[in-house]
Amino acid sequence: MTVDLASYRDVIEDRDYPTVREWRERTGGKVIGCFPVYAPVEIPYALGMLPIGLFGGGNRVEIAHADSRFQSFICSIVKSTLELAFVGKLDVVDGLLFHSICDPARNLSSVMERNFPERPPVYVHLPQNMTSPHAVTYLASELRRVGGELARIAGRSLTNEDLLRSIAAYERVRGLLRDLYALRAGAPERMPTGELYILARLATLTDPADSAPILAEALEDARRRDERPKDRIRVVLVGSFCEQPPLELIESLEAAGCYIVDDDLLLGWRWALREIAPSGDPYLSLARAYVDDSAHLSTKHDLRRPRAQALIESARAHKADAVIFLGAKFCEPGLFDYALYRKALDANGIPHLFLEFEEKMWLYDRIRGEVETFVESMLFAEVPVP
Amino acid sequence: MTTAPAQAGAPTPAAIRYQGTVHELQKELMSAYYRDLTAIAEGGPGRSAQLLIAGNPVEILRTFDMIPVFPEVNALQLAVRKVSLPFIQKAEELGYATDNCAYVKADIGLWSSGGVAPFGTIPKPDVLVCNYVGCNVYLNWFEHLAELTGAPAMNVDIPFLRTPDGKPTDADVRYVMAQLEELIALLGRITGKPFDEDKFRLIVERSARVGELWSRIKELTKRRPAPYDAYFDSVTMMAPLYCLRGTPECVDFFERAYEEMSGKAERGEGPLPQERFRIVIEGPPPWPFLRAFRDLFSRWGAVAVASTYSTVGGLWEFGFRHDPSKPLESVARHMLEANLCNRSLLQRYQQIERYVEEWGADALVIHSVKSCRLFSAGQGDMREHFVHDRETPTLLIESDLEDPRYFSHAQLRNRIDAFFEALEQRRITAGVTA
Repeated sequence: MTVDLASYRDVIEDRDYPTVREWRERTGGKVIGCFPVYAPVEIPYALGMLPIGLFGGGNRVEIAHADSRFQSFICSIVKSTLELAFVGKLDVVDGLLFHSICDPARNLSSVMERNFPERPPVYVHLPQNMTSPHAVTYLASELRRVGGELARIAGRSLTNEDLLRSIAAYERVRGLLRDLYALRAGAPERMPTGELYILARLATLTDPADSAPILAEALEDARRRDERPKDRIRVVLVGSFCEQPPLELIESLEAAGCYIVDDDLLLGWRWALREIAPSGDPYLSLARAYVDDSAHLSTKHDLRRPRAQALIESARAHKADAVIFLGAKFCEPGLFDYALYRKALDANGIPHLFLEFEEKMWLYDRIRGEVETFVESMLFAEVPVP
Repeated sequence: MTTAPAQAGAPTPAAIRYQGTVHELQKELMSAYYRDLTAIAEGGPGRSAQLLIAGNPVEILRTFDMIPVFPEVNALQLAVRKVSLPFIQKAEELGYATDNCAYVKADIGLWSSGGVAPFGTIPKPDVLVCNYVGCNVYLNWFEHLAELTGAPAMNVDIPFLRTPDGKPTDADVRYVMAQLEELIALLGRITGKPFDEDKFRLIVERSARVGELWSRIKELTKRRPAPYDAYFDSVTMMAPLYCLRGTPECVDFFERAYEEMSGKAERGEGPLPQERFRIVIEGPPPWPFLRAFRDLFSRWGAVAVASTYSTVGGLWEFGFRHDPSKPLESVARHMLEANLCNRSLLQRYQQIERYVEEWGADALVIHSVKSCRLFSAGQGDMREHFVHDRETPTLLIESDLEDPRYFSHAQLRNRIDAFFEALEQRRITAGVTA
């Protein structure tokens, strides 16, 4: 097998979801569209369905209908996802998974339900009281309820054995992504973030049984690469956990002189920090991992460890020279976090840059110029950066 | 054309006096409330807790003699007094974005200025209780307050109403009750007091009584004319409903409010000399320009007979009551299902449909505010639903609840005038046809 990045790139940019349609035709299975950030994808997969990530229309869809439903101050991904449904692109899905990441996403679930009742949304409540000893058992019961609702769409029942097998399948993918991320953090010259992003995004549209060999091959290829490190700064990228920046923008950040050594792109698809054991009560295992052992997300509020502290720890652990906040326009959770991040980064003497993007943008010169100036100010600073 | 009101003999807004006995009493009560908070802030005895308006467990806090402080109420008080902008700008200097909720920014700006407001001083909280009831900004807000104040914090996680039957699951109710037990234990540690169950029951009984009276008051606007405006006058009654719920003063206020409003209803009095249009208003008001906004409707003889905003902290008019025989469960159910914020957008459509039908409204006015996306996101779809599926004349207008920079008086007046002109024309045409 060879890693064909060019064709994978076409796959992730194509809002006709050709590989998903092909999977549907080949298997006769149903498809569940998962709105960011985190969805328990193991459950639909255990029911023989393919969960896919819905990350809006990117810069490939013109919003013509959804603007009349959501106001100008609502983020693009909410509107472009609705637009995909209006123009028939989402006829590839049989149901949707939503959860409380933010208020516009919450209301999008209702708007979808009213306008497209043939693709019912299933709404997951993810706990926001991580200090409660009841959070894990509650989430386990919620996942069982969601399993019941998805089973109705699948037209079959869900067994613990199916779910354990599904967890194992996704663990294989998440484990490989963890390895790819670790490899990039150690030797970013071997794994450009643009490539890593294509691979991770491909996994959101592909049966884990098919994506795991691709990721494994990509990992082997990267390990064999012999690239000389360039004169770039090491950067942690945050703020793009939901709406996704255009791939070209990610690439232009690197071209402007950055090695991205950690990021929160597609974080909901690689949220588990450690392997989830595919044994015991699968609902409890998933719930325990989410509550006690998952990545810090802007949409997961854990009073035990503030996110700003987690960001500082990540910057230190990854030996980052700087942090770039790349936030989606109108994204309230991200913008709120920025205020706390800025304070913590200043307090810890970590240089940082604030950038704003929209998925539909297609000119990157201004942002690239800002990043180049930022990088130069660090590379050629008279005083060593702490 | 904006001459229709004068033709119909409606008075100029300047001649209308909106205030009544209830308004005066509310002012007295709220002044006393802020005097108490200021006394604590200045080192006096007593404890305070910050929590949020939407479906909250204030009865538990009152049992521990903690005075509730609502940052939304503080923020709106700044806006009503037209001093919110400097506080918002202060927060923006600290890194908050123009697109963040301006309630939060005004509150953060207030904290960063020592908590001193024109209406009182806000004490440093003894505890932060984030009742996460639908609004995701609440979680961010209290994380920031925890950082700013250093106060102990707890998120009370309320599962959103998300099931096909629109009801909380048994697991939801158990989970919330378990967290309320954890809250009781936390407050016991902070105050050093045991939890007095009899006192709790009594406080819940007062909330039940207030819920009953508030519900009866809301019922009165089904009359023609409506004895008060269910949007602009409801906000007056909402202050004691939220800040004082569980106290004898709150019960007394609602006894007197019911007396005043039912008296008006019996006498056939309304808030305007003539009720020409009955409307439902959806969305929070533009606090910095409340009077000017009201005048835009009054000049057309438009009276709100129901409003969704008056149900943010509790939805009592469809039957919910706190239950002193099951005090903890009823507090949990109030948080889960008996407030607008934790209900889905489609449940809000149903709520408005009931208002239009049962309260006999001619039209729906949607006031879309940039700050509160829980309310506003998707209101274009709401308009589509009411115009096309329900054939309810619907107006969608935009400004903000806190930030005065988003209020355009001339633009709003043009939209509102055009809407009521069209409604009037429709009536004339219908009369001719009939």
